[in-house]
Amino acid sequence: MYKGRRKIPEINSSSTADIAFLLLIFFIITTSMDPEHGLFRRLPPFLNENPQSLDLKMKERNVLNIYINSEDRLMCGEYYIGMNQLRQRAKEFIANPGNKKDLPEKHAKDIPFFGNVMVTDNHVISLQNDRETNYQAYIDVQNELVAAYSELRNELAQEKWQKNYSELEEDQQKAIREYYPMRISEAEPKKYGGN
Amino acid sequence: MIRRFNRTDYHKVPTLNTASLPDIIFILLFFFMIVTNMHEIKLKIDFKVPYATELKRLEKKSLITHIYVGKPTEELQKKMGTESRIQLNDRFVDISEIQDYITQERANLTEEERSLMIISLDIDRDTQMGIVTDIKQALRKAGALNIYYSAESLE
Repeated sequence: MYKGRRKIPEINSSSTADIAFLLLIFFIITTSMDPEHGLFRRLPPFLNENPQSLDLKMKERNVLNIYINSEDRLMCGEYYIGMNQLRQRAKEFIANPGNKKDLPEKHAKDIPFFGNVMVTDNHVISLQNDRETNYQAYIDVQNELVAAYSELRNELAQEKWQKNYSELEEDQQKAIREYYPMRISEAEPKKYGGN
Repeated sequence: MIRRFNRTDYHKVPTLNTASLPDIIFILLFFFMIVTNMHEIKLKIDFKVPYATELKRLEKKSLITHIYVGKPTEELQKKMGTESRIQLNDRFVDISEIQDYITQERANLTEEERSLMIISLDIDRDTQMGIVTDIKQALRKAGALNIYYSAESLE
């Protein structure tokens, strides 16, 4: 009888909202929302032997040399070019659509989805810069090169699946990456004249 | 007309039930805790990352080590000059210290995580490449090969 009449006292929870609000405001102030973005790159492993000897093993037609001098001017092969021409040059070099003699040689390769195709999987884009090059100029070049690759990959994906590269399945992306492997070499630093 | 105005006097506004308010706020709180990231270290340098368009989002935050490069902040410039400096965690370091530091960091990771370790290079856009090249050489020697050039999207 007595037991039944006893009520459990209620806890007043009207202030939990305030407490939660305080925590919320604390977190909004101390943290930052801006997601971090960047250009992903894999460095070559460090080798003790003279790196120049490695470069020599590559055939000349397979290498695209890009220099950025201390005044942020761009040299592609033997010519000065503008930043806006770089993407086109790089695309032509990577894909070698006309199978030209002075552009990278093509190999037959078995790639899933594509079968036996001719790819330029030995090409290398070699990027060299001066110690006084501006970092922004360097990133601009990196960005253009990545853009050249992603344009080629997108074109291939559109042709094959009528979709963009980023919308493809994982194994389809892998096949495309095999078709156009990204090969940008960040060569050993050298000192180039600024004039 | 008069009757209509008078009616409001005995018409009480119903109280709003706020019992679920804490739950809503808590959900917001958890959302912010998950989505945002804390700035644990105090930056002693000013840097504005370069612009780029082909960006990828940085993932797996626990495996990332940041290296900051830029000019010291204005208060510190009197002491240190305006030369570009490298900041690792809480202090300025010399190029020669980077390799040891990164090797140490790698040793703290498990075997599988070691190859996934990412170095994020947060470098001011007006830095000269010399210092960047030196850092890259140090990273190669330390065996940390995955790097991110931190950049801002250009819109």
